Amino acid sequence: MQLAVWTYEGPPHVGAMRVATGMTGLHYVLHAPQGDTYADLLFTMIERRQARPPVTYTTFQARDLGGDTAELFKTAVQDAYDRFQPQAMIVGASCTAELIQDDPGGLAKALRLPVPVVPLELPSYSKKENWGASETFYQLVRTLAGPQVPPPGTPRPARGPGVAPSCNILGPTGLGFRHRDDVREIAGLLARLGVEVRVVAPMGAAPADLARLGEADFNVVLYPEIAGQAAGWLARSFGQKATRTIPIGTNATRAFVEEVAALAGLDPAPLLAAEGSRAAWYARSVDSNYLTGKRVFVFGDATHAVAAARVAAAEMGFRVVGLGTYSREFARDVREAAKLYDVEPLVTEDYLAVEAAIQAAQPELILGTQMERHIAKRLGIPCAVISAPVHVQDYPARYSPQMGFEGANVLFDAWVHPLMMGLEEHLLGMFREDFEFHAEAAPSHLGGGSQPVAAAEAAVAEAPSGPIAWTADGEAELKKIPFFVRGKARRNTERFAEERGIRSITVETLYDAKAHFSR
Amino acid sequence: MRERGQREVFCGLTGIIWLHRKIQDAFFLVVGSRTCAHLMQSAAGVMIFAEPRFATAIIDERDLAGLADANEELDRVVGQLLARRPDIKLLFLVGSCPSEVIKLDLSRAAQRLDRTHGGVRVLNYSGSGIETTFTQGEDACLAALVPEMPASRATTPELLVVGALAEVVEDQLRRLFDALGIGPVGFLPPRRAHLLPAVGPNTRMLLAQPFLADTARALENRGARHLPAPFPLGAEGTTGWLRAAAEAWDVPPATFRAVTAIGEQRARTAIARHRERLAGRRIFFFPDSQLEIPLARFLSRELDMRPVEIGTPYLHRAHLAAELPLLPEDALLSEGQDVDRQLDRCRAARPDLVVCGLGLANPLEAEGIPTKWSIELVFTPIQGYDQAGDLAELFARPLLRRAALAV
Repeated sequence: MQLAVWTYEGPPHVGAMRVATGMTGLHYVLHAPQGDTYADLLFTMIERRQARPPVTYTTFQARDLGGDTAELFKTAVQDAYDRFQPQAMIVGASCTAELIQDDPGGLAKALRLPVPVVPLELPSYSKKENWGASETFYQLVRTLAGPQVPPPGTPRPARGPGVAPSCNILGPTGLGFRHRDDVREIAGLLARLGVEVRVVAPMGAAPADLARLGEADFNVVLYPEIAGQAAGWLARSFGQKATRTIPIGTNATRAFVEEVAALAGLDPAPLLAAEGSRAAWYARSVDSNYLTGKRVFVFGDATHAVAAARVAAAEMGFRVVGLGTYSREFARDVREAAKLYDVEPLVTEDYLAVEAAIQAAQPELILGTQMERHIAKRLGIPCAVISAPVHVQDYPARYSPQMGFEGANVLFDAWVHPLMMGLEEHLLGMFREDFEFHAEAAPSHLGGGSQPVAAAEAAVAEAPSGPIAWTADGEAELKKIPFFVRGKARRNTERFAEERGIRSITVETLYDAKAHFSR
Repeated sequence: MRERGQREVFCGLTGIIWLHRKIQDAFFLVVGSRTCAHLMQSAAGVMIFAEPRFATAIIDERDLAGLADANEELDRVVGQLLARRPDIKLLFLVGSCPSEVIKLDLSRAAQRLDRTHGGVRVLNYSGSGIETTFTQGEDACLAALVPEMPASRATTPELLVVGALAEVVEDQLRRLFDALGIGPVGFLPPRRAHLLPAVGPNTRMLLAQPFLADTARALENRGARHLPAPFPLGAEGTTGWLRAAAEAWDVPPATFRAVTAIGEQRARTAIARHRERLAGRRIFFFPDSQLEIPLARFLSRELDMRPVEIGTPYLHRAHLAAELPLLPEDALLSEGQDVDRQLDRCRAARPDLVVCGLGLANPLEAEGIPTKWSIELVFTPIQGYDQAGDLAELFARPLLRRAALAV
């Protein structure tokens, strides 16, 4: 048993949902108890999707356990097929269903549906979300592209004259951290380089698209946690090479362009001469001088953590004082990277261990996940988010890639922003008596959760209350109104009282006014 | 109508999200899987906590294979937790689907841990999806608190208000009871663990929430008597709810009218502002919290809305006895759910407003069907006279917003 205050990854079936929801024409039937449909909210609320995820849950309850849960599952699969008519289906169990051992794969097979049905074995008590996504994508690719695999030893046919080099983009899913904009940024880069993108998968792909994966010349792997395994199989089966550079940061983007150009047989020089990041100049401008040597702690999935540490050290001039990941499958990459900065690598999924490491390292900036924001709040340290898990505010409406040259610009702004606020706070600390910039007026949303409340209370207290007096209980009741609307409630009540010649405001007056102004 | 099929509802674990805010020195430890932990943080994680008062003990392979004694593991985890949070006075071990399927006996574990950690009361209840739906988690939690309540030796009637209410609502109701001369009044759950009200044969209980079947039964077993009443939503519901207590206390009708008239009038004034937008509109409820029936009653009788279908996860006929006769006769009442079929009915009916969970809300909006997400009704102060206008506004707002947006 493990005490988890927060968990970095969901269970593996959520990974499978991310693949299914990213794709089109695929349906997922999940054997799961009532309540596990909460996962739909990840997609409809956090990612703000406009359609329900293509997932049918059996939602069994206690009274079903005595009966035939296997029959319940078969009915759900048949009903889902009849209703949604998918090109392919995946079937599996959530953690509770895994305990009752109904064999979703065998049961679905017995239905003899006229489409491919891929059974998923996702061990919920030992594996996690990214593994689940990777395994699901791999099983889908194997099943759907498998029939196209040439006999072993067949060389890849040479590209015909006048045919542009082509690639697939692998890895983006539903609920991925900035996957939407990373794909757009990288696809644009590839297009300008002269490489044609055949299939982007899983996100946006249909099962029929996965069957065509073997046609491209090579693969661009954006998220190895999700697509590494499938890319390995495609390399073995179709002889497709895959990119290894993750284009996060200016330098890595340049290296990525060179790597792709080499795989495609193109010249990267014109593109590299024409394009670059604004971030590279911003970091050189004198305004950024004070960033030098800022102590930064980096934690996230392995891909984003390693990339962020590289950008922090070489492109921002920070000092990396901690580097860690929750991706055990990619721990080796993080250990290698940690050597570059002479720090002890932290490989853990225990939030409390991360908190302890941050406390020990005493950084001035934390680059982490939504969970590190909790730690940052507790310790009063500025923080920026670089990796999943993230919440709704990190699925922004605006274009915000992490990858490519525009991604580098986004990183610069996002990482420096909380530090600016941090500097303001230092100034506040020095000049506490200042009539305008007193501590309670600090606008920073970080490192002092109660301060906005205090500021609002101060503002309310300072508001002139005129000739009308508040009774003690009226005043006490007013304090129960949330601070952000309290000022308005006070003004409305006083106006109400003034208009009616009421001299003394009681609880009753407050609520009379509330009813009066309610609309 | 009763339906069975896929249910798009929360499990009882989600009750923790408001209960941990209500009982300020309690900690909720879910014993479950990574899925349970993920649910909790997906729901609550957008708030940035310096110190959350809930966590999950995640069962792993070693526990399942019997390699680790699950009870020893639980003791270790609880020790770790309490060392970190010495301010905690009440610890709930919350059962989940996995802990129930493997039959981990959390009630014995709670008894054991209660002995070993002096000063911290350890209790347990189930918030699993297989046993509980959304607000039933609060029911299970409060039912676990009932045996902890001190025995009342009162010889005259005492009032107990059951169900978690916003603090401002609690204070308003307390003032009304004072004015009516009804008392003493206790509230379950209390704001602090050690402030549990007493219960005994002279306890009269008013249910503030419709989802408290087990809690009410446990209180009845300790001698409390249920006062049948509509739920205190809207002007009519609040008056009916207060009247049930007033009658039990033999408050003279003139006094009752004098005390409630102002509040009731104020509520009607506030509600009236929303009638124009809501009157005649057709509303469709997906099942979620068991609040659906009292809400439909309020919206139909006080705002002239027309309920098309009223879905509820469970229908407790005795507790809703004062509500059901007030519903319009042509509304379809459905218990349970088959979500795809219910969506078919909803699309066919083309209601003006749909009350549903967040898994359905945005997809329905994208289809052009206005929605009011139902969970907010559990997180917002909606009971009593002075919230009646706010409650009406919750339903008016999505329509107002659609009218306001020009993009």
